Amino acid sequence: MDLHEYQAKERFRAAGIPVPPGEIATTPDAAEKLAAKMGGKVVVKAQVHSGGRGKAGGVKLAADPAEAKAHATKILGMDIKGLTVHKVLVTPAEDIATEAYVGVLVDRARQAPTFIVSAAGGIDIEQVAAVTPEKIRKLTVDPRYGLLPHQAYWLADFLYDDPGLINKATRIIAQLYDSFVASGSSMAEINPLITTPTGDVKAIDAKMSIDDNELFRRPEVAAMRDSSSEPPAETRAREANLSYVKLDGDVGCCVNGAGLAMATMDLVKYYGGDPANFLDIGGSSNPDKVVAALEIITSDSNVKSILFNIFGGITRCDDVANGIVEATNRIDIEQPIVIRLTGTNEDIALRILEEAGFSAYTSMDAVVEKAVALAKGAA
Amino acid sequence: MAIFTDSQTKLVVQGITGRDGSFHTQQMMEYGTAVVAGVTPGKGGRTFEGPGGKEVPIFNSMDQAVAETGANATVIFVPPAFAAGAIMEAADSGVSLVVAITEGVPVQDMARAHAFARDRAVRVLGPNCPGLISVGGAKIGILPGSIVTRGPIGLVSRSGTLTYEAVYQLTSAGFGQTTCVGIGGDPLIGTNFIDCLRAFEADPETSAVVMIGEIGGTDEQDAAAYVKEHMSKPVVGFIAGQTAPPGRRMGHAGAIISGAGGTAAEKMAVLEKNGVPVAKRPADIVGLVRDALA
Repeated sequence: MDLHEYQAKERFRAAGIPVPPGEIATTPDAAEKLAAKMGGKVVVKAQVHSGGRGKAGGVKLAADPAEAKAHATKILGMDIKGLTVHKVLVTPAEDIATEAYVGVLVDRARQAPTFIVSAAGGIDIEQVAAVTPEKIRKLTVDPRYGLLPHQAYWLADFLYDDPGLINKATRIIAQLYDSFVASGSSMAEINPLITTPTGDVKAIDAKMSIDDNELFRRPEVAAMRDSSSEPPAETRAREANLSYVKLDGDVGCCVNGAGLAMATMDLVKYYGGDPANFLDIGGSSNPDKVVAALEIITSDSNVKSILFNIFGGITRCDDVANGIVEATNRIDIEQPIVIRLTGTNEDIALRILEEAGFSAYTSMDAVVEKAVALAKGAA
Repeated sequence: MAIFTDSQTKLVVQGITGRDGSFHTQQMMEYGTAVVAGVTPGKGGRTFEGPGGKEVPIFNSMDQAVAETGANATVIFVPPAFAAGAIMEAADSGVSLVVAITEGVPVQDMARAHAFARDRAVRVLGPNCPGLISVGGAKIGILPGSIVTRGPIGLVSRSGTLTYEAVYQLTSAGFGQTTCVGIGGDPLIGTNFIDCLRAFEADPETSAVVMIGEIGGTDEQDAAAYVKEHMSKPVVGFIAGQTAPPGRRMGHAGAIISGAGGTAAEKMAVLEKNGVPVAKRPADIVGLVRDALA
């Protein structure tokens, strides 16, 4: 789960990181009032889960409240990479002497939180790392001990020559790690970390991704989810504990297991169709989940046929069969459904489906070809 | 012969009294796995009744289970909040293999648990994995025993059900397996492709390896380089997620394209370049295996 900038800044502030004040506006008038209250120049920043806000025109400097209102009028409702902006952050403009990058993420290869810092801030760190690796310093934290003071200093020392700035940055880097851990984060980033002409060090932008697996034990972080930034079907899927991603095609896919779900989508494409979605009905399956899955798939008006591809391991095929029968009794499904079930308790499952008047396949290719043909026939 | 587990395996089931734990303990025992103990804190002293009335003693801790039964491996079905603790408890108990089935373990927990297990030289498989079957030896985890058959193919995969699919197609075409390993769909996993490839290379009964990857991370690329440098046995591949959009998590916590390295196209290209032919669809895996063994 990604946090908005203003939410990540709240987390950073709570850890003691110096972050300029800022408030959220959802209307141009509110943005104007905030700018008047803050006085002086302000920055109006789109709050949207997407990179490249600046390039898209979603971050604007305003000299006075009237200009802040004008910018907010343009930015609110703006589309940035397919996402609509519903909120802007209004924050005082800072005098910037230097910009640096400080980030920490769970590195897959090193299997531990890993810091990257660079004095070349405010830009794409992946590009800096690829083109000029000598401009970054990397440090892997032993998660059992956490970030040690000398390690934080070693990172800060790479950014500045001035001892005062190094000390301030050392503290901020340690606080960033604390916030990263306390938030159950998989990535936390300050880009840029600025110095001011008066020798302050501040985080003027903030990014944080939360590990979804942490949310169950961090209700205060889970409450930060912004459902307005995702399709309603994805919200519904999450509430039903289903993993769903909406795509643009017309073949609805209901599959157990993420790998098989992806392979099924790929096979739909292989046979000349287009998958409408990724949907993994997950490990231990129960009939209610299948009902929810069918409701979510059919809420997409593009869907012309629905395909089940179930290979039972932890998922028992009889559960799935019962779910399909129950779901089709409970809700009206116009689209044709084709089913492939193989694995644990498949005999019982096939019997259940046949008694309910369904025909079931055992081959993945056959069921996908059929679903693609049905989607085309219905077009 | 097989990799990581065989008929000498004496298995503990952590979380044996839960719904999934008890169901799959039955399945593992029916397959012939020697399940010697269960662990559920607070339920020590009871017994689990397996197929044919066979009784499995339940202990409160891994320490007791290993001391009493001489177990050398464990499989974990405990809920996510307790899974990392269960892995570390297992790593301290003297077993050499820990198979973690649990999905949804916080990644920061796993960073600690993996470091802990590495220090003790204990192999962790998973988490968020289906486990493994050494055909005719032992089945640890949730892979359906009915679809495997003995033969010369080693199989390693990041996905559970896609593993079943590939095994099913191999078996249907007459290609049996030595060991099928599901390494798991999480970003931090204890045993990776290279660990499995190295073990299959050393296993005299394995003649060829099927590796099934997916979008996210660069493990497949690392494995491709390993195959080119260190493997004498043929390896064929499959990558799931060719139609996955970038930046979206496709079910598995680790299946997300972030940056150019994580795409299916990139992985397929690197595998092909390093001498690993890649199947366009699961049904083509069999043909590539046939060619590799010809």
